[in-house]
Amino acid sequence: MILVVDLCSSPGSLSKYEFVDPIAGILRRAGSIYEVVHFTDLSNDPIEGADRIILCGTALKDDLYARRIELFSWIKDLDKPLLGICAGMQVISRVFGGEIVPRPKIGLNGIDIVKETDLLGPPRRIEGYHLHNSGVTLPPGFEIVAGRPGEVEAFKHSERPIYGIIFHPEVRNRWIVERFVSIR
Amino acid sequence: MLLGVLFSGGKDSVYACRRAMETGTVSCLITVVSENPDSYMFHTPNVAWANLIAEAVGIPQLTWPTLGEEEEELADLSDAIAAAVDLYGIEGVVTGAIESVYQAVRVQRICRDLDLWCYNPLWQIDQLEYLRLLVSEGFEVIITGVFAYPLDEAWVGARIDSRLIGELEALRDRYAINPSGEGGEIETFVLDGPIFKKRIEILRAEKTYENYRGRFLIEEARLVDK
Repeated sequence: MILVVDLCSSPGSLSKYEFVDPIAGILRRAGSIYEVVHFTDLSNDPIEGADRIILCGTALKDDLYARRIELFSWIKDLDKPLLGICAGMQVISRVFGGEIVPRPKIGLNGIDIVKETDLLGPPRRIEGYHLHNSGVTLPPGFEIVAGRPGEVEAFKHSERPIYGIIFHPEVRNRWIVERFVSIR
Repeated sequence: MLLGVLFSGGKDSVYACRRAMETGTVSCLITVVSENPDSYMFHTPNVAWANLIAEAVGIPQLTWPTLGEEEEELADLSDAIAAAVDLYGIEGVVTGAIESVYQAVRVQRICRDLDLWCYNPLWQIDQLEYLRLLVSEGFEVIITGVFAYPLDEAWVGARIDSRLIGELEALRDRYAINPSGEGGEIETFVLDGPIFKKRIEILRAEKTYENYRGRFLIEEARLVDK
């Protein structure tokens, strides 16, 4: 089972259609079994029962997740694949000692993949959809997979299958979510 | 939260409005009326009749004119949204964008500049599943414009039902047509639905069609009890 964590400001919000349902739709079409849980409703059961976990993005003005970072302390010891998308990447960065920094970006832009990983494949340039007011600094123990130090597009924990991407794969890059489903 | 829905009277803005009504209060429908039939941003056929839908659902409508020239119409949209903030106190904007990054990005930027929330509750929805949802929930949607091969004259004014959705699915597979018309292949108008307190009856309309471009232009319509 894949646990899809809704990071929007309230359960069942209007933003859920935009930031959670498209990810769930990719998983459904890929034949994966998944469960959607709001981040304020998470308990140990769905986390322990999941094979892998996805933290979804939020609307531009939504930053409640960043003010409730203590609810994500379980990430620190996670030993299963985790993908943080936009707000989800920001959460991962904070939990591992990085920072959320102002770096607004809206639109389709080129993304340079600089390191081969199971998630994004070999180095090359792709185009990705950005919708964020904040970016991240690279937390200790992570390496840049796409982008550069001043503009981290994707990172990975150096030992564990924990990934963050600041762009939205549900737009024109659904293959990234599909690849995440098979990462070990 | 008080919301304003960008509203053309087509199925996407109507269904986005339905979703917005489930979670917030829709204070107004914002209709930008373009003088350019090939507007980059705004649905044009029959938009003049969107006021009937506003009346049918019981939500005030704010209309705003634009010449419909690329990029300049964005300033007009921004002015329209700012007016909705002043008049109706909206805190967020809702759009019916499904796949169009062009439209979504521009509305997102306007909302950011005006410090408003932006919602796209149909974003990336599976288009065939969406059409089936519209029909199963009781929306009566007609096709008011066709703009792509091989859509013939029979599509102009046709009602979206299960049979027609099946045909759109076949056209998607064979001709890569977006089933919900997100690529501009078809345009629609909504006559009835679960959020309508009255339904729209078309009394007179004109059909035009030539070379895979057709329009169903409403000339006279009224609200009737359901």
